[in-house]
Amino acid sequence: MKGLVWMGAAGVAVLGCVVFSGGVQAAETVKIGSFLSVTGPASFLGEPEKKTLERYVERLNTDGGIGGRKVELVVYDDGGAPDKAATFAKRLIQNDGVDILVGGTTTGTSMAAIKVVELAGVPFISLAGGIDIVEPVKKWVFKTPHTDRMAAEKVFADMKTRGISKIALVSEDSGFGKSGHDQSLKVAANHGIEIVADEVYSPKDPDVTAQLTKARNAPGVQAVFNFGFGQGPAIVTKNYKQLGIALPLYQSHGVASKEFIRLAGAAADGVRLPAAGLVVAGQLPATDPQKPVVTAFKADYEAAFKTEVSTFAGHAYDGLQLAAAAISRAGGTDKARVRDELEKTSGYVGTGGMVTMSATDHMGLSPAAFHMVEIRNGDWVLSD
Amino acid sequence: MWKSPRTGGLAVLVALVTLAPLGFPNAYFYDVAVNALFNATLCVGLNLLVGYGGQISLGHAGFFALGAYGSALLTGRYGLPPLAALLLSAGVVGALAFVVGRPILKLKGHYLAMATLGIGIIIHIVLKTESAVTGGPDGLGVDAFSVAGLTVSGDQAWYWLAAVLVVIAVWLSLNLVDSPVGRALRAVHGSEVGAEVVGVDTTGYKVLVFVVSAVFASVVGSLFAHKNGFITPDIGSFFRSIEVVTMVVLGGMASTFGAVVGAVLLTLLPQFLASFEDYEAMVLGGIMMGTMIFMPKGLLPSLRLLLAKRRRTP
Repeated sequence: MKGLVWMGAAGVAVLGCVVFSGGVQAAETVKIGSFLSVTGPASFLGEPEKKTLERYVERLNTDGGIGGRKVELVVYDDGGAPDKAATFAKRLIQNDGVDILVGGTTTGTSMAAIKVVELAGVPFISLAGGIDIVEPVKKWVFKTPHTDRMAAEKVFADMKTRGISKIALVSEDSGFGKSGHDQSLKVAANHGIEIVADEVYSPKDPDVTAQLTKARNAPGVQAVFNFGFGQGPAIVTKNYKQLGIALPLYQSHGVASKEFIRLAGAAADGVRLPAAGLVVAGQLPATDPQKPVVTAFKADYEAAFKTEVSTFAGHAYDGLQLAAAAISRAGGTDKARVRDELEKTSGYVGTGGMVTMSATDHMGLSPAAFHMVEIRNGDWVLSD
Repeated sequence: MWKSPRTGGLAVLVALVTLAPLGFPNAYFYDVAVNALFNATLCVGLNLLVGYGGQISLGHAGFFALGAYGSALLTGRYGLPPLAALLLSAGVVGALAFVVGRPILKLKGHYLAMATLGIGIIIHIVLKTESAVTGGPDGLGVDAFSVAGLTVSGDQAWYWLAAVLVVIAVWLSLNLVDSPVGRALRAVHGSEVGAEVVGVDTTGYKVLVFVVSAVFASVVGSLFAHKNGFITPDIGSFFRSIEVVTMVVLGGMASTFGAVVGAVLLTLLPQFLASFEDYEAMVLGGIMMGTMIFMPKGLLPSLRLLLAKRRRTP
């Protein structure tokens, strides 16, 4: 009997937890849902995204909301776990009744949520880089960041203008590096670039001189291209200097943060990389349509949070602006109409570049959205 | 007769999983419940090894992930029917557990923990780096689960499947524990030397229970993959292994229902604490610490002990 009583008590407790009513929603508010990797390995992307969304939703509200309706933001932290992201996407749609989703910090969490989103028919603007998110085009899915393929294309185009055709690719075996590696291999031939060495390291490797030595000794190599983010590329850059390799070193947009320069120190001098306009906001020519947007965002963000603005914050800002503009053009939150309006986005100037979407392009950025940047004396110098 | 957990406890479990959906207002609740029941099944299997066998495994997420990837690849790439893929994956995982189990289970304490940890990490690394096969860190899409032309689709269908699964798992576990095998296992847990002296093939039983729990993990992994429709190597990460062990320990080791309670609680808690936002991790940590300090035997056994004490001193 004792056992039975306990089973019963435990069961009631569990049921009590399960029966729990969803949030009550006022009919007038526009509900924006977001699942972000605020904690976990991708937290340095998710955290600025969350802060940005919160700040600019508040800004929208003080400016009178969208079409006179107040905006409500619901954010959940998926910790970078795709299965949690899928569950939170379901929760936002089914339980919180959001009108649109802006979120998905990593490619993995975004991809996991896509199934839920497509089934439910809710517009979703992803903040992750992977090209799989919008290729093939999915009816309800859009994204704001540049893809790794665009970064590779930008780098290869720059190499070509400098007469480089044989390169060594050194990439990280993490999600970002791996995907960048695959995309680089795919588009290299289109730009007349031959990859003569293909080396891989782990994000936590304390030393990559072995891989770099192999890359340097590849026959005919003219430059080295490193795809990774976090501290890996900083170690690559330092080892590169220590080995005294004189070939040009290219990095991906994954290192476009001041943290990289701090980590790599003097070794970072001369490194070239593709970066969004936000990184070099102050140096953009006055004629650049992006200039007012990025300088204003940078100034506002840095004044509010006392930290340097990152491109990830910019992705969240762009996602929110795109959503707000589409809802306002649609004249309401009817999901199908908002989706159609998102697809019709044209000439939106954001932190990532100029966005013009179409039925076949749910990202809408052109390669011109990237600028070639060189690191000189510990700072970014625009060089295209 | 109802006093025995094999009948009474099981009846309560059946009643609970049958009645619980009455309190589900929408599909999201079904989704969370399915995850909770999957974790419960996984933990019931792991509890056999940890709770009854007294062995530790910090690599169980690896077996879970292997089952998931096995099903994903066999159905997606080789066109096998999902049920056949599930069974084949479980067979392969069982064989793998058998092969690595024999040398590993000779180790004790920290060394055993480290060896199983190593296996889990190796599986995780292989899934992550062999991107030509597994899709790499970006993950892999998985087809729907269907048996004999019937496709399991929608959260309700998955809920009932998961409910049947957890009841079967609990029933199997309860029977195993009360069988000669179960008694031998508990003898091993109590004292390996003692068990050997009275003629128990300790290594044999340890390997057996290791294989059984790995197969449980693989089956749940396969179903999880089909239900989610998308998997990444992180389902086999070290943290995931720790998470399932925590569920077993929190619920109460050597208690099949404890494992179920622990798994359900630890799956639901983060969902309810999500509204705490920044304080989520702190509150969760506080709850776990409190439980471990005041109920070191785990939730269910401690509660049972408390009640027994109350009864004796009215």
